Amino acid sequence: MARQKKFPIKPFVFLACLGPALWLVYGTLNGLLGANPIETILRDLGDWALRFLLLGLAISPARRVFGWAWGMRYRRMIGLFAFFYAFLHLSIYVGVDHFFDWNTIWKDIVKRPYITIGMGALLTLIPLAVTSPKIMVRKLGGARWKKLHKLVYPIAIAAVVHFFLLVKADVREPLIYAVILGILLAERAYRALPQAMLRGSGSSSSG
Amino acid sequence: MLIRNSIASDPKSFEITSKSTYLNRRSFLQGGAALAGAALFPWSVSAAMPKKFKNLIKSPFSTDEPVNKYDEVTGYNNFYEFGTGKTDPMDNSATFESRPWSVTVDGLCDKPGQLDIEDLLSKFQQEERIYRLRCVEAWSMVVPWVGVQLSSILEKFEPNSKAKYVEFTTLVDKKRFPGQNYPIVPWPYTEGLRMDEAMHPLTLMATGVFGEELPPQNGAPLRLVVPWKYGFKSIKSIVRIRFTDQQPTSTWMQQAPNEYGFYANVNPAVDHPRWSQAKERRIGQFFRQPTLPFNGYADEVASLYKGMDLKANF
Repeated sequence: MARQKKFPIKPFVFLACLGPALWLVYGTLNGLLGANPIETILRDLGDWALRFLLLGLAISPARRVFGWAWGMRYRRMIGLFAFFYAFLHLSIYVGVDHFFDWNTIWKDIVKRPYITIGMGALLTLIPLAVTSPKIMVRKLGGARWKKLHKLVYPIAIAAVVHFFLLVKADVREPLIYAVILGILLAERAYRALPQAMLRGSGSSSSG
Repeated sequence: MLIRNSIASDPKSFEITSKSTYLNRRSFLQGGAALAGAALFPWSVSAAMPKKFKNLIKSPFSTDEPVNKYDEVTGYNNFYEFGTGKTDPMDNSATFESRPWSVTVDGLCDKPGQLDIEDLLSKFQQEERIYRLRCVEAWSMVVPWVGVQLSSILEKFEPNSKAKYVEFTTLVDKKRFPGQNYPIVPWPYTEGLRMDEAMHPLTLMATGVFGEELPPQNGAPLRLVVPWKYGFKSIKSIVRIRFTDQQPTSTWMQQAPNEYGFYANVNPAVDHPRWSQAKERRIGQFFRQPTLPFNGYADEVASLYKGMDLKANF
């Protein structure tokens, strides 16, 4: 907090998070996005949604493992940017890539598992985004809020699966995201482990 | 019958364009290509630019739709041998050497042998054919290929009556094709056509594009172009052609048999399992446009598949 008063870092973090979107606007206006700019925009927005999602999930492990507590200050912002990029990703898919061709879009949602999963992840993100302000934490109560926001784990898994299912043959990129997500989830599982193991060994010794 | 089919279309009675019109068009194309080339590779302007074709004839099979830009055709495509990104082929192919090059032609034919690229370029009449290209990923382009009708090449090797299919194989060379260092798909890339598809007058062995020899990213020095099939059928940098009585199993059939079939005819009614094929985005256009059966070549090729269930034979 003291550091924040000395130098306002948050606006810079905010601008940095906005950077990829600003680049896409600039690239579109100046024809820098290649032969298929719509595809580039769609892919980039999806990439950044996933990256912010994983970044948000990395903040509490970073504190626990490396003692980097400062990240907590930006966690809500990063989470909201994940939603921002995911929402733009969907908007471009609906409004530009398919130009509101609801027939095709509906068929995509019901017939293509990767679209179904991606759409599910995005819809699930909405309640998390809506309940991000502090006042909502108070309204819901800390425990319920925490429980609700645990949804980010299935959302992140769904987002990676969405990516995995859409590539044709080269799974290297989604694999990288899967490994990172795996590490972030494993850290949490590991922390939860000792207690459960104690309970487990207790019951087995009594039996 | 197959050969008759080719001969029927063979008469070079193409309405010959007046020479001046033709030259104008060519210089326009060359100028455009050179400009685009210079914009893409500013450092290589003085270096060897791709060789330009002389005495190209125009084909009645050409579409009059607007041709895509040089940098779209040569800067956005799939050629996994150079990497799986759309610009990887352009980015990773600058040092690719396509000479010397010869194609082994063997299998069920009476005159197996070698097809040297220099012979292909000097002994066969090269023609310009402007074709629509529809990628299985639901984007499309219009490309001014240069090449030779495949049937006129295959005839020289005298396929015999047992030959029912033709199998094509791409070069394997991890040094020249850095993408082959990873087992993304089973290498070598292979493709196949039924004999009557291979002998069809629309089927082209391309040696160039935009009036110049093929750049490496587009499959130098020779590649197949089968305009009524999804782009992945049009195998690049071919080193072997084999006549066979067995239906070849293409690379994409091995990779994902439920997604890619042997025929791979452009068909808006048969979706890819993961996306619709009803529409396509023409590169350079904002709105998607409807995809046509056989990519708009139904009049020419639909009869090849008479009585076949195109949903089962996708």
